[in-house]
Amino acid sequence: MEETLTQSAGVPGFARALKSEEIVINMGPQHPSTHGVLRLSVIADGEVVVDVIPHMGYLHRCFEKHCEHMTNYQQVIPYADRMDYVAAMSNEFGFVVAMEKMLKITVPERVEYIRVIMAEFSRIVSHLIAIGTYGLDIGAFTPFLYCMRDRERVLDIFEQTCGARLLYNYMWVGGLSHDVQPNFAERSKDFCTYFRPKIKELNDLLSYNKIFIERTANVGVLPADVAINYACSGPVLRGSGVKWDLRKNDPYSVYSALEFEIPVGTGAMGKVGDCWDRYMVRVREMEQSVNIIEQAAAKLPAGDVQSAIPKRIRPDAGDVYVRTETPKGELGYYIIADGSASPFRVKVKSPCFVNLSALPAISRGAMISDLVAILGSVDIVLGEVDR
Amino acid sequence: MIPQEISETLKARFGEAILEAKLEGVLNPSIRVAPERVQDIALFLRDDDHLLFDVLMCLSGVDYTAGKLGVVYHLDSMKRSHKITLKVEVTCDNPRVASVQSVWRTANWHEREAYDLFGIVFDGHPDLRRILLPDDWEGHPLRKDYRVPEFYNGMKVPY
Amino acid sequence: MKEFLVDILSNEALVYTLMAVLPLLWVIPFALFAVWWERKISAHMQDRLGPMRTGWHGWSQTIADILKLIQKEDIIPSAADRKLFILAPYVVFIGSYAAYAAIPFSAAYIGSEINLGLFYVIAISSLVVVGLLMAGWASNNKWSLFGAMRSAAQIVSYEIPIALSLLAVVMVVGTFDLQEINRAQAGWFWNWFAFQKFPLLFIALVIYFVASLAETNRTPFDIPEAESELVGGYHTEYGGMRFALLFLSEYANMFAVSAIASALFFGGWNSPFGDFLSGPWWGLFWFLSKGMAFIFLQMWLRWTLPRLRVDQLMYVSWKVLIPFAFVVMIGVGFWVLAVR
Repeated sequence: MEETLTQSAGVPGFARALKSEEIVINMGPQHPSTHGVLRLSVIADGEVVVDVIPHMGYLHRCFEKHCEHMTNYQQVIPYADRMDYVAAMSNEFGFVVAMEKMLKITVPERVEYIRVIMAEFSRIVSHLIAIGTYGLDIGAFTPFLYCMRDRERVLDIFEQTCGARLLYNYMWVGGLSHDVQPNFAERSKDFCTYFRPKIKELNDLLSYNKIFIERTANVGVLPADVAINYACSGPVLRGSGVKWDLRKNDPYSVYSALEFEIPVGTGAMGKVGDCWDRYMVRVREMEQSVNIIEQAAAKLPAGDVQSAIPKRIRPDAGDVYVRTETPKGELGYYIIADGSASPFRVKVKSPCFVNLSALPAISRGAMISDLVAILGSVDIVLGEVDR
Repeated sequence: MIPQEISETLKARFGEAILEAKLEGVLNPSIRVAPERVQDIALFLRDDDHLLFDVLMCLSGVDYTAGKLGVVYHLDSMKRSHKITLKVEVTCDNPRVASVQSVWRTANWHEREAYDLFGIVFDGHPDLRRILLPDDWEGHPLRKDYRVPEFYNGMKVPY
Repeated sequence: MKEFLVDILSNEALVYTLMAVLPLLWVIPFALFAVWWERKISAHMQDRLGPMRTGWHGWSQTIADILKLIQKEDIIPSAADRKLFILAPYVVFIGSYAAYAAIPFSAAYIGSEINLGLFYVIAISSLVVVGLLMAGWASNNKWSLFGAMRSAAQIVSYEIPIALSLLAVVMVVGTFDLQEINRAQAGWFWNWFAFQKFPLLFIALVIYFVASLAETNRTPFDIPEAESELVGGYHTEYGGMRFALLFLSEYANMFAVSAIASALFFGGWNSPFGDFLSGPWWGLFWFLSKGMAFIFLQMWLRWTLPRLRVDQLMYVSWKVLIPFAFVVMIGVGFWVLAVR
């Protein structure tokens, strides 16, 4: 009995004492809907959420500390893979772009195009998981398996290229670990032709389903100014109506040579910035990624993918901050070099960490079912939140 | 605005709080400021019409060795399309920096992380507690002189 | 059927006991089959295969699962209310199974031909709510309590559209007796009540079907056991045979509501071709097939639609189904009066 009395006195992170009708529910580290090991202390008055306090760190693997003990900058790449393990190519991309800026290396065009294709495949793969598991959270069991089926096609292409399905160690500083197979461009184009009707099928089954719209429209509305102040990025920011994509606003690699659009949330089913907008931005981004892959596969130039890989990486003392657009948002690497072969400090600004910080602000006053919907629409991967 | 202009605007406004500016010949132009004035400078950077730094991209703690800790702020302006980096240096004995979480809400969690991993205390932060490590962890792991404790809650820590 | 058994056994008490246990001969194999069927249906709808290894296309998967559940350790949380925790699955099962006493399996077989048959079935199946609340409360788990609260609100609210839509049929026939209702639909399939007094009784069928999905906690109304929110809702803390019993009750309940739907709206044990292919054994076949068709529809919907939030669920019941059910009932009432 003593424990229950002191529990109601205070919850860490909650500013006041609990009222008698409020209960603290733990959506604990193991839960079907928290997309990993995230603990949410939910203070609820019946079904209505009074406050949500996220607790993380269950997947903290000391990425930044490990980086300081590497003997070679290339050794960071497999660790970077494992942060957002769902879209591993994007993490590698961010790191190698940062290192190449620091070392002032220019990579061959072939490498740039292959990297862009891999990054866009990675975007499709990540969004498929986001959409599939979002349907699962809402209660629609079937779209998840359709998304997994389509994802297998992409993973087959990855496996053909570098031997791995999930964590690749493919993009190295200055180039790539393997050149692609001769039929890579053709396989990519085949996938695009296969995938476009599948997006339409997904829209018919899930996106425009009346019950799905009821569950997600007008839920978890994130106003644009709040999103910017919380430094949200990616589909979370674009779902609130802000047209900001690093591939267009701060271009890197060969994105400036490719034509694509930036989908933005318009409040078509409810208010601008609700869960449905964020979800629909992801669906439309998949369509745009398919366009990008087709263009890049058509333009793929010949070349040697390993010609610019430096034998020894010893950057001059200095620091650099480079950000890239991953499927989750803006991934930033702040690298401080001290003139030796090991990094002095590598700080990762993880988009999921930042997007998750906005969760309490947008879910106060919602119901517990809505909390699940909001968390799914923010699309977090705990590997990246905790690093 | 180019970094020189930003630096001059800040110097004109804040005088001695702006300590040093490394703007030439570096990949990442930065301005070093006094730790206790960071919040005022941040407010000015966000609200001034020519600067309009509305996004705090990243806030990192750094251990510069030789007893010095630092915080690095990367700011971006979506409307004016310019970026700048602010740096702050404090000593290990008195690692106090003014908190900017009232200016950019995203700093709330970033400052908690810097406190957790480096031990930098942010004055004015409403809820400064550990975020990635368990609440009862001892020590600040990302410091260069950190040694892994032998026991944690009675369990022997491997390595 | 009862007379036939009394002739053979000449001990009334034994006959009553036998007839109470007889529907189990259908319910248990049906539940075993339905679990396998659900897994296969869901698998094929999701572009995969489902159980394939335990026998031809995995037909004995459920038996394997039951064997596994039987040998599991019986875990009761230490802070749980032991008596209620143990009692709850039995109450849920009793509520689901007792309805079978008045369900007309065939012209020759009904457990108990009472002239309040329909009334009895609807009333006794409400006992399930008590069992669910007991399960949720006794688990000493906030999530289970949530599931139990939601299910209580849901089942109690959806009793009303069920009762109203069934009353429309009762008004046409004039009796609650289920065998009488079946006899009134004799003949070819256009005599079935789903096609009579068109479209009012068809709307009543739709209302009944939707409300029965809520009664049996099936998607889109499966919020009490919403796997992705509450882990398991009221049956989170149950494992082993207790869980198997709750699961069995769910399938028994599903068949009971499908049986009522087919008895009242689709002719029950009547053959769709009039006298062709009719008789006591054919009647059993037709009745079970129609029940299975409704079960298939329930499973189909489960794997297609997302689930409603709890307040939207209440909205659907009170602001959509009940007004429509009232309109149908009044409409049918006037129609019946006008024809007479």
